[in-house]
Parts: sequence; structure tokens; C-alpha cells
Amino acid sequence: MSEMTQALSEPTVAVHGTSLWAMARHRFVRNKAAMASLVVLIVVAVFSFGGTWVYPHKYDQIFSSYVAVPPSLDPYPLEDTLEQVMQTAVERARLRLDSFDADGTSYTARISSDKPVDPRATRYLDRPDEFEGAEIVSTLDDGKTVEVKGNINGQYFPFGTDRNGRDLLPRIMVGGQVSITVGLLATFVSLIIGVTYGAVSGYVGGRVDNVMMRFVEILYSLPFMFFVIMLVVFFGRHFVLIFAAIGAIEWLDMARIVRGQTLSLKRREFVEAAHAMGLSNWQIIRRHVIPNTIGPVVVFVTVLVPKVILLESFLSFLGLGVQEPMTSWGSLIAEGTTGMQAVPWLLIYPAAFFVVTLFALNFIGDGLRDALDPKDR
Amino acid sequence: MAETLLDIRGLNVRFSTPAGDVHAVKGIDLQVSKGETLAIVGESGSGKSQTMMAIMGLLASNGRAEGSAKFQGEEMIGLPLGKLNKIRGAKITMIFQEPMTSLDPLYKIGKQLAEPMMRHRGLSAKAARERAIELLKLVKIPDPERRVDSYPYEMSGGQRQRVMIAMALANDPELLIADEPTTALDVTIQAQILELLAELKQRIGLAIVFISHDLGIVRRFSDRVAVMRTGEVVETGTVADIFANPQHPYTQMLLAAEPTGRKEPPADNAPVLLEGRDVDVRFTMGGGFMGGKKLDIHAVDHVDIRLKEGQTIGIVGESGSGKSTLGRALLRLNHGTGAIRFGTDDISEASRQEMRRHRRQMQLVFQDPFGSLSPRMTAGQIVTEGLLVHEPQLSKKDRDLRAIKAFMEVGLDPATRNRYPHEFSGGQRQRIAIARAIILKPQVVVLDEPTSALDRSVQKQIVELLRDLQAKHGLSYLFISHDLAVVRALSDYIVVMKGGKIVEEGSTDQIFDAPRESYTRELMAAAFG
Repeated sequence: MSEMTQALSEPTVAVHGTSLWAMARHRFVRNKAAMASLVVLIVVAVFSFGGTWVYPHKYDQIFSSYVAVPPSLDPYPLEDTLEQVMQTAVERARLRLDSFDADGTSYTARISSDKPVDPRATRYLDRPDEFEGAEIVSTLDDGKTVEVKGNINGQYFPFGTDRNGRDLLPRIMVGGQVSITVGLLATFVSLIIGVTYGAVSGYVGGRVDNVMMRFVEILYSLPFMFFVIMLVVFFGRHFVLIFAAIGAIEWLDMARIVRGQTLSLKRREFVEAAHAMGLSNWQIIRRHVIPNTIGPVVVFVTVLVPKVILLESFLSFLGLGVQEPMTSWGSLIAEGTTGMQAVPWLLIYPAAFFVVTLFALNFIGDGLRDALDPKDR
Repeated sequence: MAETLLDIRGLNVRFSTPAGDVHAVKGIDLQVSKGETLAIVGESGSGKSQTMMAIMGLLASNGRAEGSAKFQGEEMIGLPLGKLNKIRGAKITMIFQEPMTSLDPLYKIGKQLAEPMMRHRGLSAKAARERAIELLKLVKIPDPERRVDSYPYEMSGGQRQRVMIAMALANDPELLIADEPTTALDVTIQAQILELLAELKQRIGLAIVFISHDLGIVRRFSDRVAVMRTGEVVETGTVADIFANPQHPYTQMLLAAEPTGRKEPPADNAPVLLEGRDVDVRFTMGGGFMGGKKLDIHAVDHVDIRLKEGQTIGIVGESGSGKSTLGRALLRLNHGTGAIRFGTDDISEASRQEMRRHRRQMQLVFQDPFGSLSPRMTAGQIVTEGLLVHEPQLSKKDRDLRAIKAFMEVGLDPATRNRYPHEFSGGQRQRIAIARAIILKPQVVVLDEPTSALDRSVQKQIVELLRDLQAKHGLSYLFISHDLAVVRALSDYIVVMKGGKIVEEGSTDQIFDAPRESYTRELMAAAFG
């Protein structure tokens, strides 16, 4: 054997061929719309999944001072509202506000009372979200007047806040996480079930095929909304339930597509060749049938992901989706529509992300279809 | 010389592909005179079809034609579509290779014939129908008054090709372009179609451009021959000149490409390796859940066959004669009945699991080298796949070594084993398919038309490869083919099948030199002229 290895060692340096995949990739890369969409999609995904790590506000953090504030690139609180806020805080402490000066990041206030001021009263000043770190710097008038210095707690809300005082930006990030995850997971579930089911049904054929496809048709005839409402009623609202429900419905299409492909592949000679070689049915399905159905399946998947995201949004819109304070793009849009005139940003921002993502996915789907099936061009 | 009908000068055809421009036709000159038959001969990829497609304005969307092609003095290249349509379909018509797909399956053939006549010549429906019947009579469809109301699926391949010819003749063309019109047909049907074309040419003074790779047909049928190779015309001349005195080495090579040689029969006492007794295969079509009429097809009708060690049995017959079904039944790849013995084992009732043990000894090579290789696997993976089943103990490296050995054995460069099937030519793919069979060291190989989809010169190489491998490994072949020339070169025993039955069998010499049955004689006459 070693001699043979020696003799053969020279030609073992083999040329690498271009697979059909490599050719498809080449065609895909040349499709500008699809490549741009891919970049957009990556940006949205990084924003959604990476953003929550970097961004200081939590998606469920409530800023009671900033309820439904419009989007702004300047930090809140706005300077002209500060004195009013301080006034309110000081009155809570049953004190009087004599003077108030704010200079961007810090403030100085002079507070007086009929009795000596208890130093613990500074706690009242830190209560509003606007101020923090109040400290008595000097005491005058036997302690009846104090000078307090503290920091102004500037908060940025580039997308504004919702009507519960939660920052919209991290909510969009979390909503994106949920929508994209549901889209991918539900598609993945339907991919696994659908491809396996369809390939087995098509390859085995005959009576088995008949029974398996009739089962699919029975499931088809169940009204989807009814099915989801039943699930929600029995098991309550839960994240897992959503993609289980969507995945359980969407695999039906996949199974049909794969079955059709398999039926035509089954008569191809390379399948018969594999049979003549003694491969088992499962080996033939795994090695020869499924890899050759992948083309149409990949295209279907790219259509399915936006479809699933839409479905999830639809369910969330109807209030059957994820549970507050968790959110998804669909729930955000649903919330946004209720106050369209008064607080339009609650609708505009989530809807913009949603639309951009769907567009990108559809362009990628088109690009993949052209790349994998280059006929008619 | 008669008036020139079609005058092609400096015709170039280019296709733009992602990998750069492909120059398919490189500045060729060709002339066709009134009433003559010009044959364009060449192997696949020589540009013979693209030349005619360019003239007819039928190039694929990425193709461009340059140069000049004058039909009766009118320039065809770059002619606007409206004017072009007045010429094509009326003065120049075309028939294609595939009669199964060139007719619309949803229309009656009478309607398909009549419609263009009603459109182009303004005939009434009744007149067009009469003309259609007349045309069917002209192309010798029996009982044309009844057949005019048939659907395409009710007709055989040969009849469909006749209908196509009738369609082409509907508007009294001057020039008929026939692009491999008989390649998809059985030899006896092929002879009839050629006879019909020759007769039509005589009767209505039609000029024919006959595109073919089959020199045998060309010799019998045409007046002049143009030999094309890689987009260039290498030689033109009269049939007599070209065949008697070919000038260009390529023409000489094509003429010498007929497979030659004979195979010696094995010793009389050689043991019987594969034996089928009373093999019978039936297929049922239709029926099922919704009822409907069942159609029984008796594909193989009680056939006995014995393959000895080292023997090659050639099974010949036309399509539908059951020869492929018989081959598969002997390998237990379909549901047949009868007693099948492999060596000393009776495998007629063996289950799938039991058969797996025998599979490596009994291999199959298919006709279509494009369809029989899985497009998503590399050549190396395809060739070694059987080892995964039959020698699972081999490591990846050992399998790779075996692949290299097998590649060298079938005359392929082992460095190409990581390439994918679409990167190989037809002949190379067939070599991969053969490598896949012999890597398992089988005893019997069923060759199902392994050379039919290949060019003549490639056929010859494959035949020689098969012969070498047989000598080296002591293989027994069951060689299924409709091509008698190849069968003669490879087999030592011949079985002639028709309608699922064996009509005649005997040693090669006996069958070729002294056929007893009229059917065998008919086959011989059609194949060798």
C-alpha cells in the first residue's frame, strides 16, 4: 500500500471544481439589489441583536418623567422645564425654592424653610428622573437656607418614548430580535419538518404518499386563526407558542414543494444508479434527493421568512402575540396605530424598520431565485 | 449549376456568457442551390445547429450573429422581425429533433396544421382542413381523414415527425432545414422518414439543409456535404468526394470513427454467471383511487437468458421492445417474476437487504451521462459512493486513493476528481459512470445504451475502454443498444427483442451474416443501408 501511496501522491493534488453552489453564489454577488439588501439586512440584525448590549436604556425601563416625548437628538430634560420640575420636587419636601440655576450638566439651587433644613431633604431632589447627586454645599441663615448642587441627568431619546415612558429605541431593538428570531425559527421548523416529510412522502410513493398527503390536506383545511386562538386559549400567550403555531402551519407548503421535486427526481437516472449501487432508501433520500431539492427550497425559504414575520406581526397586532413588556415589531406597530395623530413616531419608527426588513428579504429572495435558477434570462 | 437559394458569407455567431464570449460559428461560407440537399455534419458543439438558428433569427437572447446570409438575394441577418416572419415559416421552414415536444399536446393535429394556413394565407376553416388532410396524405399518414382529428399523444414518434414535416410543407417552402430530424427515432422509422424526405424533394423540388452527426444517413441522403468543426467549415464537397476521398484529417477521423473489432466468445465450458428463466415484467398504468381504466403493459414476456462468465450479450431492439426492462429485471431493480440466479444463488425472491450483498457484483451504466450523475456531488464523491455501502471500513483517504485508481483506469485525469459533473464533456461523464461501476470490482455490468448519447468518435473510445476493462477484469457485459454497429463491435452473442419477446438469438456472426427472421433483416437493412 505504501508504494501505491508513493506512486499516487503526485496526482493527489486535485483541481477544485466549481460546484453549482459556487456558480449560484457568483451570480448572486453580481446582483446589486440583492447584495445591497443583504447589507441592509445585516445592519438591521446587528442593530437589533447588538444594540441592546450597547444602548444604556433597557426596553422595559420606565421613565415616568418622559411619557410620550417626541424623538429628539438633544438630551432630555429640556432646560426651560427644569425649574418647574425642581419647584415641584422642593414643594414635595415642604420647602421653598428661592433661586435655581442650570448650566447644561449641573444645577445650583437655593432652598429655604421656616425651620432649619434637614439635610435628608436632598433625597426629594433626586427623585425626579431629571436630577441626581444633590449635595448641600453651604448652609446659611442658621441652616434655614441651604445651597444645593447636583447634576442634571441628561437622557437621549432619539426615537422618543411610548405612552408608558419607555424608550422606543431599545423596544424596536427587542422587537426586531423577536420578529427576526420568530421568522428564522419558524422557518427552520417548517424547513426541517417539510423537507423530511415531503422527501419521504415523494420518494416512498404509493399508499404511504397518499396517506401522508391527505394528512397534509386535512391540516390545510384547518382555519389558521382558529387554530392559533385555540392554542392561546389553552396554553396562554407565550413566545414559543407563536413560532410553534406558525411553523406547524407553514411546513405544509414546504412538504408539497419538496414532494413535487422528489417525484421528478425519483425518476432521474442518478437515483436509479444509487439504487443499483445498493444504497438504502434513507441514504438515497439524504444523499441524492434532498440536496437536489435545495434550490427551490432555498427560494421558498426566503419568501417564507418575511411571510412568517408578517404573520407574527399580525398575531401580535391582534393581541395574540408576545406578552408585555416583551414586544415585537407587530405589537409596536399595533400600539403605534392607536395614537397615530398624537404620537406618530410610535408608528413611524417600528413600521420603517419592518418595511425595510421585508423589502430586503424579498430582494434577497429574488436574487437567490435568479442565482439558483438561471433559465429564461 | 442551379440557381443559388441560400448564400451564407462570413457568418459569425457569438454568445456572451459570464465566462466571456463564446465564438460558436467562425466566419463560415455556405451555399445551397435550388433543389439540392446539403448536409452539415459535425459533432456536438461544432456550431452546425447555431448556423441555421442564426439565419432563422432564432438565437438565444445572449447570441449575436454577424456577416451575411442572403435568401433569394434578400439579406436575412438583421432583418426586422416583420419581414423575417414573411420568410421564415413560409419560404424557409424547419423541423427539429424532438417530435415529442414540438407539437402542442392540447390541440388536435388538424388544427395545428390548419391554423398557420388560415393566418398566413387567409384560407377558410374548411379549406384549411382540406389542405391539412392533403398534407397528411403527402407525408403518408395512413387514414388522414380520421387522423386529422387525433391528438399528438395518440401518434407514434415517427408519425409525429411526419406531422411536423407536413406542417413545414404547409406553405410550399423553398428550403427545409432539418435539424437532426431522425436522431430520436428508431432505425426502421428513421429509414422511412428519410425516404419520405427524399421523395418530397423529388416531387416538389425542395432544397433541404440536413443537419446531422450520423454519417451513414448523410451518405445515403444528401447531394453535398459540409463538415463543421468548432465553428468552422473544414471541408465541403459532393457526397461521393467526401466519402471516397476525404481531404481534411478531421473528416478522415469522422469516417474512421465507426467502432471496429470483434469479440471472441468465451470458452464453451465457462460457468453461467447470471441466468434468468421465464422473466416476465408487467406494468400497470392508471387506475387507482379515482378508478379509471387500467392499462396493462407487458414489457418483458417470458424471456430466458443466460450470461456466461466473460461473455458479452448484446440485446438489440427498438424503443419499447423491453430490452432495458429486461436488463433491470435481471438486476432485480423492478418488479418482475421468473427465476433469476446469480452464480449459485437464487436471487429471484431476495429482499432489498439480501440484494445489497450482491449489488456490488452487478453494476449498471446508463444511457444518459447527463442524467445519471448527481449534479451536486463531485466526480470523486460519485465514483466512491458505492464504497460507502460495500466497504464502509475504508477511511476517507483510502477511498480517495481508490478514486484516483479508478479515474486512471477509465482514462480520466485524477486531478479532476473534485470537479462537478457539469464541468465534464459527455464522453468524460460516461467514463465517470463507468468508473463508478468498476470501482466495486463487479462481475456483471449491464450497459444500458452507454454510447447512444455520444458522438461517434467518442463512442469509439468508450467502446475501446469497455473492451479493455473487460479483458483486464474478466467482466461479463449485458450490452443493451439499438445501435447495431456498436453491438457488433462489442458482443459475442446477440439477442434481438421485439414487443417484449426474443425474436432471434445467436452468435454475433450468425445474426449479422445470416439473420433468419424478417424483423432482424429489417433492422440490419435500416442500420447499414
